[in-house]
Amino acid sequence: MSSTAARLSHLQRLEAESIHIIREVVAEFRKPVMLYSIGKDSSVMLHLARKAFAPGPLPFPLMHIDTTWKFHEMIAFRDATARDLGLELLVHTNPDGLRDGVNPITHGSSVHTDVMKTQALKQALTKHGFDAAFGGARRDEEASRAKERVFSFRTATHQWDPRNQRPELWSIYNGRITTGESIRAFPLSNWTELDVWQYILQEDIPVVPLYFAKPRPVIRFNGMWVMVDDDRLPIPEGTQPEMKRVRFRTLGCYPLTGAVESSATTVAEVVAEMLNSRTSERAGRAIDHDQAGSMELKKRDGYF
Amino acid sequence: MADDGRLFDAAATEAVLSGRRGQRDLLRFLTCGSVDDGKSTLIGRILYDSNLIFEDQLKTLERDSKARGNAGGALDLSLLVDGLQAEREQGITIDVAWRYFTTDRRKFIVADTPGHEQYTRNMATGASNAELAVLLVDARQGVLVQTRRHATIARLMGLRHVVLAINKMDLVAYDRDVFDAIRADFGAFAAAIGLPEPVCIPVSALMGDNVVNPSAATPWYDGPALLPYLETVEVAPESPDAAFRFPVQWVNRPNLDFRGYCGTVASGTVRPGDRVVIEPSGRETTVARIVDFNGDRAQAAAGESVTLTLADAVDVARGDLIVPAGDRPQVADQMAAHLIWMAEEPLLPERGYLMKIGHTTVPVQVTEIKHRLDVNTQNKLAAKRLELNEVAFCNLSLGRPVPFDPYEDNRATGGFILIDRTTNHTVGCGMIAFGLRRAGNIHWQALEVDKAARAHQKHQKPGVLWFTGLSGAGKSTVANLVEKRLMALGHHSYLLDGDNVRHGLNRDLGFTPEDRVENIRRVAEVSRLFVDAGLIVLVSFISPYRAERRLAREKVADGEFLEVFVDAPLAVCEDRDPKGLYRKARAGEIKNFTGIDSAYEPPEAPELHLRTDQASPDDLAEEVIQALRARGLLRG
Repeated sequence: MSSTAARLSHLQRLEAESIHIIREVVAEFRKPVMLYSIGKDSSVMLHLARKAFAPGPLPFPLMHIDTTWKFHEMIAFRDATARDLGLELLVHTNPDGLRDGVNPITHGSSVHTDVMKTQALKQALTKHGFDAAFGGARRDEEASRAKERVFSFRTATHQWDPRNQRPELWSIYNGRITTGESIRAFPLSNWTELDVWQYILQEDIPVVPLYFAKPRPVIRFNGMWVMVDDDRLPIPEGTQPEMKRVRFRTLGCYPLTGAVESSATTVAEVVAEMLNSRTSERAGRAIDHDQAGSMELKKRDGYF
Repeated sequence: MADDGRLFDAAATEAVLSGRRGQRDLLRFLTCGSVDDGKSTLIGRILYDSNLIFEDQLKTLERDSKARGNAGGALDLSLLVDGLQAEREQGITIDVAWRYFTTDRRKFIVADTPGHEQYTRNMATGASNAELAVLLVDARQGVLVQTRRHATIARLMGLRHVVLAINKMDLVAYDRDVFDAIRADFGAFAAAIGLPEPVCIPVSALMGDNVVNPSAATPWYDGPALLPYLETVEVAPESPDAAFRFPVQWVNRPNLDFRGYCGTVASGTVRPGDRVVIEPSGRETTVARIVDFNGDRAQAAAGESVTLTLADAVDVARGDLIVPAGDRPQVADQMAAHLIWMAEEPLLPERGYLMKIGHTTVPVQVTEIKHRLDVNTQNKLAAKRLELNEVAFCNLSLGRPVPFDPYEDNRATGGFILIDRTTNHTVGCGMIAFGLRRAGNIHWQALEVDKAARAHQKHQKPGVLWFTGLSGAGKSTVANLVEKRLMALGHHSYLLDGDNVRHGLNRDLGFTPEDRVENIRRVAEVSRLFVDAGLIVLVSFISPYRAERRLAREKVADGEFLEVFVDAPLAVCEDRDPKGLYRKARAGEIKNFTGIDSAYEPPEAPELHLRTDQASPDDLAEEVIQALRARGLLRG
């Protein structure tokens, strides 16, 4: 019964590794949750989780941290996905931030992200008593993530202690925690942006239409082309939104997400465009540039 | 790269999008070498010459090269992958930094393992998931101690492809003799330790010679440049000759009609209809179906995550191993393995740890360190403990038999991690060499007169009262009073006292951490035998470490162990100082004295907590008797 099979392709190996990680978390933790951010990585992670437990249903709920500033198309996509696939979806918004009117425009990306994402996430994890949370982060996204573990340990107050992370050997993950501690698990750790798109293409996974180019109303805001998604975006006197043929490489809060000019209207065209792209994915995100080493600091504080 | 500056030409793009649909091969490799060897520059050079640097990254690189580069203002390619230095200064534990790049032939995952002091641990971690290692040497230095260390770890971790990149050839004038001498030197060493034959490539990461493009400066070299080699080297599937192994990861029971066993095929292939055995139970059955998201499959191969169903309703749980009926693994509870210790706290033989192998977690002890391996000199040394980054060949004893294969035959079923029971940290890893005895051949003697019969004869339930606390806390005082009362009540007991046992059974032991662990292990074993004899055992030992007390607890059945924390503040104990020991310890006449220069770890959840500074010994003894009565150990 020795194997004469050809080597698996890179997507087959990445898929198998991710499914292995997702199942291991479910086997070792009491109450996992999948953080669902509606973007392409979340779409892939959700697809992998459905594969991991077929023919059964997902043995955990999805949770979306809603800052109230996501693109409207994202929210519509989120609700349709949960409905069509029969998934349990939890949505949490930081009530304190909502009360104080925290927003990305007057408070800036740093405060907004901290209050409406990081603090909101910690509130929601504590409220539900989740001891493991899946996230769609990839190591190739940003330098500080290059050394992140697949199982990332958090203290009872959701702090990430960089001195206290465990070596990970082979595919054996140590999931032992004491009461109150939790982990963030990253099944897509070894995927790159290109892998994600190739997999979406191969598996025909639905994604938010914002990833595909079409004429959209945009203005220059914080040095980026930002889409006018509703009337909360301040438009300077004397300027008009321009209609440009754009799409988004990443999705987040719309005033913080830069659009790129593109003509790619299908997944295949997106992949072709990316194969020849000369800029990295996060160049279009305001959040990573607002202070030096910003991702590192956010992570310690509990951001993904 | 296409001529017009695009990363992928039309044909390559078409290949990704059309028929091949991403069917690219993946190679995971490890780079070994210190900063001085030019490792970062080499990786940076691969990325740069392959045009894999994005424009925004290039701008950052140009700026950083002027500000802090070591290339005199020219592009310092090492900055593309460094950035770890600052984190090291902040004390952040980085065992491996992962890098990703894709050419039109392969996707690569690179494990970059930084650190000098932590090198063994980091390299082992990176190597555990790598198929190939690139070892760097400085052409001016040749094979150094650290080169031999890298090769030794690569051998230990079972890497089957090794590239020796002989770097800085520009600094030796691309001298063929230098290259040949290093190649011969390293080749001999590799052969001696059983490492696969290395592929040697003369490179200059700084100048770009033989990294991505062949160099005109080395006309005498007719082999491939490094990246073309990595793109084309034929990497055999992991454990190509190994039999089918399927560690059961999760049992999927969505409804009454479906019961599937999820896992990743560790090696070999499986098809519906194959006769299989469930280890360690040994039950035999047949694979009914292989199920995935899209339905039924005709076969599953190594590396694939699938779900199996079985023809019979046999008992299968997470941690079991499904194997071919005709090609079964060893099943044993004693084995010999190579260990790499990864924690600041040393490994102590006889201390209990947890082993996670496959999806099974089982208690384990190192019963003997056969020898420690000096990874720099390959000398085998005697050792009583293992420090961070040390490597040793050890005998292990497990809490129950587990199925496994030797690591040489199968990395997936022969490798394990060790977990500290108190901190839950991963403290080591191991590669199984062989089973020491087949547990199946050793049967417990089924004795007709058993523990229950002996206890019944004495009209009591046996158990252990484990008194722990600082010297002078009052352990022996209370234990003595309890034993007198048990005697008066007509019960059968035995008191094991720390000082007395050290005069006899344990007189060969001192007070080092290793000896303290062994001291407690022996007492725990004696307690177990006495409990088996039907006695109520009173143990009065400082027993400062939680791990050893837990070990003692696990020697006996649930409910038979009562941890009694005899508690008084250190100042009170020191004031009492019944044997004058604190005075000597303070004067430095006694070393490793608990509470002074050796730690005491108080119990976290003792069955009884006695505050001897707040109640009389008589009252406390009565409290113990009441507790025994409440638990049904005493008559009436």
